[in-house]
Amino acid sequence: MIREWLVALVILFGAFFMLVAGLGLLRLPDLFLRMSATSKAATLGAGLVLAAAAIYFNEEGITARVLAIIFFLLLTAPVAAHMIGRAAYFDGVPLWEGTLINELRGHYRTSDHELVREAPPSPEFFIPEGKEGEDS
Amino acid sequence: MKIDVIWTLALVIISLGIVCAFLRLIRGPSLPDRVVALDLVVTLAIGIIVCYAILFNQPAFLDVAIIIALISFLGTIAFAYYIERRVR
Repeated sequence: MIREWLVALVILFGAFFMLVAGLGLLRLPDLFLRMSATSKAATLGAGLVLAAAAIYFNEEGITARVLAIIFFLLLTAPVAAHMIGRAAYFDGVPLWEGTLINELRGHYRTSDHELVREAPPSPEFFIPEGKEGEDS
Repeated sequence: MKIDVIWTLALVIISLGIVCAFLRLIRGPSLPDRVVALDLVVTLAIGIIVCYAILFNQPAFLDVAIIIALISFLGTIAFAYYIERRVR
């Protein structure tokens, strides 16, 4: 009985974090902020829901499977977020107008996507930004 | 009987998250936004599958969650690869 209520608590927390991830994806102002909501909150939510399943079934085989899924999610979510964020930056996805600093501006060579520390101010290092709300 | 309500409630909450992600998938505005939204939909689908496994006491459904997590990672990496190399 106690275990069932523990499962209920953990699963509701997980579902809450998943809802927060969805709301963040819908409401935040630009792609990079949205990604910070989805990659962290959604991974935490999925991990909590999976942990709830492990507590509920309470068998070694299922716990091992659940731990494998959680480990895999923790391994892949940052890699996927990094890849898609990098691709979006090269694609010229506009930053939010309230962004204070863009430390990568003028440091990526557009021809081979190489990061150069001491880059000369030339159009070779300029990534054209798209317009806000422009579909592609 | 009473505790089943909580797992149905968790399913409802996760479904609301999926609705939010789908609205972002429709609205865009850019292609990477849609890819991120699709990635979130898949992650929330894992949550739905696990809730379903608990609700109907069927641990075999957890295998589906493994496969979906694997495939969604490959899909996102492929999308990122082609978005980075496309010419506008």
